[in-house]
Amino acid sequence: MADLKVNIAGVEWKNPVTTGSGTFGFGREYAEYFDLSELGAVCLKALSAKPRLGNKSPRIAETNDGILNSVGLQNPGAEHFLENELDWLRKFDTKLIANLCGSTVEDYVEVAEILGDKLDMLELNISCPNVKVGGMAFGTDPKMVEEVTSKVKAAAKSPLIVKLSPNVTDIAEIAKAAEAGGADALSLINTLLGMKIDIKTRRPVLNNNTGGLSGPAIMPVAVRMVHQVRQAVKLPIIGMGGIASGEDAIEFLLAGADAVAVGTAGIVDPYAWIKVRNGINDYLDQNGYKSVKEIVGKLELN
Amino acid sequence: MLCKLTYKNELRPGLFNFIIDCPQIAAKAKPGQFLHVLCGGSAYLRRPISICAAVEGRFVRFIFEVRGKGTAELAKAQAGQMLDILGPLGNGFDTALPGGGKPLLVGGGIGIFPLLMLAKKLPQKPDIMLGFRDEQSAVMIREFSNAADDIFIASDDGSIGFKGFVTDILKSKIASGAKYSRIYTCGPLPMMRIAADTAKENGIDCQVSMEERMGCGVGACVACACAMTDGSKKRVCKDGPVFSGAEVDFDG
Ligand SMILES: Cc1cc2nc3c(=O)[nH]c(=O)nc-3n(C[C@H](O)[C@H](O)[C@H](O)COP(=O)(O)OP(=O)(O)OC[C@H]3O[C@@H](n4cnc5c(N)ncnc54)[C@H](O)[C@@H]3O)c2cc1C
Ligand SMILES: Cc1cc2nc3c(=O)[nH]c(=O)nc-3n(C[C@H](O)[C@H](O)[C@H](O)COP(=O)(O)O)c2cc1C
Ligand code: FES
Repeated sequence: MADLKVNIAGVEWKNPVTTGSGTFGFGREYAEYFDLSELGAVCLKALSAKPRLGNKSPRIAETNDGILNSVGLQNPGAEHFLENELDWLRKFDTKLIANLCGSTVEDYVEVAEILGDKLDMLELNISCPNVKVGGMAFGTDPKMVEEVTSKVKAAAKSPLIVKLSPNVTDIAEIAKAAEAGGADALSLINTLLGMKIDIKTRRPVLNNNTGGLSGPAIMPVAVRMVHQVRQAVKLPIIGMGGIASGEDAIEFLLAGADAVAVGTAGIVDPYAWIKVRNGINDYLDQNGYKSVKEIVGKLELN
Repeated sequence: MLCKLTYKNELRPGLFNFIIDCPQIAAKAKPGQFLHVLCGGSAYLRRPISICAAVEGRFVRFIFEVRGKGTAELAKAQAGQMLDILGPLGNGFDTALPGGGKPLLVGGGIGIFPLLMLAKKLPQKPDIMLGFRDEQSAVMIREFSNAADDIFIASDDGSIGFKGFVTDILKSKIASGAKYSRIYTCGPLPMMRIAADTAKENGIDCQVSMEERMGCGVGACVACACAMTDGSKKRVCKDGPVFSGAEVDFDG
């Protein structure tokens, strides 16, 4: 058994596996399938200051080796979360990451203030493609990224992760802007904007017309972006996008991620998170590594 | 969970009857609950399919129509093969009828399958009304007849039973004085909507089983939202698929 511990911005995780925000709810459903203490961290679904209803159904469409979703950040609001979910989650020996969403800079700051120091880490979601205002609009302009990061950082009482959108021309530039704004860590990638058409009805499957693509289909894009961001900044990186096995996760670690998140694979297989964690350990054992840290960024370019 | 497919047959072209050996699911299954089935091939997501029967605390039966690539792939499975299935999922129908009285089941198309298990589990034999496209697509009439006090069939083209909608039968039965303690309905949305409206107009309790595109099937991804009349949204996979007819916003 290799040492799986990782340290993300001063927070120690017992292993490098967390959940992709929005794919794991607030943990209650998958707790029926496995012990949440098995995960390094649990990243919870997006929280806004006020409750949000999200978009109309259908909000999911199957694609080749992936899915499109247009859930639109449905959530009961940060206060409701604190009152009804946090105590239950704290029964598990795992780190908790809140995912913050909003339509304005003030919204994001408000969520950070409501959450205070009650979570182990905060993840700033400036990359959701499914909302008309805010979301991805923040994450695609370096100036906005720096501004929203620095304002939320000033209000945040836990280490701040900034989650990057892949829907940009130069991901390294955005990563540097988040670093300049004071981010403690980065996570990437969020979903890629996409569309699925039902050729019988000649209409998009999603009521929202477009949605965010996730799952195995996006993994090569995500690995490439993690590699580029690793070259650009010193911050810890949580890599994600299509991870379904230990081997997939190892690609991200080699590309420079310090930890990984699994999302869509868990939607298909409730044990995907555990399989990825076990698979990372198997790879390390089989290749004679004592610690997961030994392989981070060990990619050798041709 | 891996479950062995023990029996498979084709009820009519494109409609498959599967029986799996799965004591964990069979022991817990309630009418109206569903399975989330990994179909194989290039179908990435699981497919929700209703439980049609649980036999001897060991076997689970489900019936599905081939519609697209997942169900087409599932139809290729052979007896003896292992299938990756989650379940039983969802809330299921409320079978308690505290006030007594005869219940009514209204089903259409692929929505009829969960109603068979429901009919057998209700404390009192229900009347059953089933709607089909035509005679060819009408299946399992004998099984439903055995589980029913009285059975009524409608088809779009009149090739079997009454020509017209099953909801026309419902309306005329009620107009002629039939009394029901509760209406249970599963099938196409327009059919369920009329059933729910008719129930409401006549002060009858109604339970509808909703359909929505799903991701996880366990309540975590919130993909399967259904709009409620109070303005909230509920998850079809976890809070449903069965809701009170009065609670669902059919325009939402
Ligand atoms: C709770 C519930 C119970 C069901 N029970 C039965 C049953 O007992 N027998 C039966 O034949 N069918 C049932 N269905 C419908 C069945 O799930 C769809 O026909 C099936 O998912 C279509 O998949 P496909 O691969 O054929 O089509 P594709 O077009 O390849 O499917 C693409 C995607 O759309 C989804 N999708 C397409 N049509 C539907 C639909 N009508 N409802 C939900 N998702 C859909 C698929 O699940 C998949 O994710 C049920 C649906 C729900 C929600
Ligand atoms: C249904 C669904 C909901 C999501 N909701 C959120 C969210 O609320 N906040 C967020 O930052 N990312 C959200 N994401 C993006 C994921 O966290 C993740 O970044 C992305 O899906 C790529 O990883 P994956 O391929 O492993 O799913 C969502 C993804 C899916 C599929
Ligand atoms: S399908 Fe994921 S919550 Fe219903």
